[in-house]
Amino acid sequence: MATLGTEENPLLVAIVGSGPSGFYAAEALIKSDVSTKIDMLERLPSPYGLVRSGVAPDHPKLKQVINLYQKTAGSPDFNLIANVNVGTDISIEELCQSHHAVIMTSGAETDRKLGVPGEDLQGSYTATEFVGWYNGHPDYRNREFDLSHDVAVIIGQGNVAADVSRILSKTVDELKHTDIAQHALDALAESKIKEIHVIGRRGPAQAKFTPKELREFGELSDCNSIVREEDMLLNPESEAELLEKSNIASKKIYDQFCEFSKREADATKSKNCYFDFLMGPKELIGDTKLEKVILEKNKLSGDAFKQSARGTGEIVELETGILFRSIGYRGVPVTGVPFHDAWGTIPNEKGRVTDNDGNIVPKLYTSGWIKRGPSGIIGTNRACSVETVQCLLGDLEKLDDGVSKSGAETIYSILDYKNIRHISFDDWKKIDTKEIEVGEPKGKPREKFTYVDEMLSVIE
Amino acid sequence: MTTIVTENCKNCRFTDCVTVCPVACFHYDDEMLYIDPDTCIDCSACIPECPVQAIFEGDDIPEDQESWIEVNAEKAPDLPVCEEQMDPLPGAEERKAELGF
Repeated sequence: MATLGTEENPLLVAIVGSGPSGFYAAEALIKSDVSTKIDMLERLPSPYGLVRSGVAPDHPKLKQVINLYQKTAGSPDFNLIANVNVGTDISIEELCQSHHAVIMTSGAETDRKLGVPGEDLQGSYTATEFVGWYNGHPDYRNREFDLSHDVAVIIGQGNVAADVSRILSKTVDELKHTDIAQHALDALAESKIKEIHVIGRRGPAQAKFTPKELREFGELSDCNSIVREEDMLLNPESEAELLEKSNIASKKIYDQFCEFSKREADATKSKNCYFDFLMGPKELIGDTKLEKVILEKNKLSGDAFKQSARGTGEIVELETGILFRSIGYRGVPVTGVPFHDAWGTIPNEKGRVTDNDGNIVPKLYTSGWIKRGPSGIIGTNRACSVETVQCLLGDLEKLDDGVSKSGAETIYSILDYKNIRHISFDDWKKIDTKEIEVGEPKGKPREKFTYVDEMLSVIE
Repeated sequence: MTTIVTENCKNCRFTDCVTVCPVACFHYDDEMLYIDPDTCIDCSACIPECPVQAIFEGDDIPEDQESWIEVNAEKAPDLPVCEEQMDPLPGAEERKAELGF
């Protein structure tokens, strides 16, 4: 047989997941000197992972990254097999038999828990489900969020917390020409929320927003962004952190908070968004429905850049019927792939999957959030996937077991046998075109189909 | 909104930014990098990566650096794309120290 990775005997790689890390892995493989055939598997009929269902609808420019993924998808060496659930419709073992290597890029699909009593009360939600809901993700299509309360609480001060609070803070007019799902826009139009609390366990010098996102809170048409002036007083360690030249992003964020703290609230605006610091949830109170959050005030301790929040015992109560937790994400295990339960990631060495004792598992690789945890933004996944692909290509000799592989053909025969309607990239393009068409008369870039059946009916 | 590379990149060209760019919009010549505004999606991932803080976005561009908006737009499209991290230019570390980083 010809050498693996040549035109006569291309390297067959299955990529599980079609988000940024999957597409960057595909791109790196296509650009390499090794002749490769890629089959990318996706659970939904639609590709692009969190770019489609995570990036906020009012951040359309970020979604232009899809243009690049479309270019990758247009390569003759790329093949999309969507609407297929790896682990149930087809097993990892089967993929390892049909392909030389499998790259897991399935992301971090679920939220970390707060770990406090009352967390499962009605009205206590995860940011993931809310974000999925307003972005039209089929898994969350039928979720209902009770927006009839005056006060909403968001636990966490990172990018996703910013998205959730901004969507709650905006008017329908600010959202109606985005690709926000119609069902979400209709529900938000009826929202009674007037007061939004974005709660961080550490101080304004440690908030994890990006400066740009925070600036957006200063430009809301019907919502004041409020920071208490006394919250802007820093301990010496935090002051030292902000003086460090490399920590310029935190300095910009702090300065923006300062600017908010000096603003006079505009009484004509109907909503207020409060940024609350140095507080953590201790208990969620209610019978079956959330009625109140018990928060404990925190104090920072430790050296600059290593400060952690400790409870002081001082209690603050906040009456609210709706709370979103946004304190981090974790991956979901896939049968046949090792999983580090505490971290919510696949154990790996630079992208080579290992078992929990650190032994390399042949043929399995990983990239993106499921590899390194939920940190960084879209572009971070490019470097992450390049590293994984470099390892994979470095293992080329080992990946050649001398047995010929049938790649996509095997996948199709398994799926056809199970009567699973798989979606190609051309099928997806039809759905894509239709979504844009339906959105047009509403002045929206697209109207997403939010049921899998709806998407499938477009291509039947 | 535009994201641009400014003065500080000159004679440094560390290219740390390139590794996190989701759309490969950095181009380079012998002196520095430039961002192609038609490709850039303003995600701002590159900004904290620059060891000499040469990259700014939109509202944040210092007044004395505004001329770089045009320079980036004009130069980038005709120059080669920088897709992977390259070695910094000779003397980059000294220049970085000079700039106070």
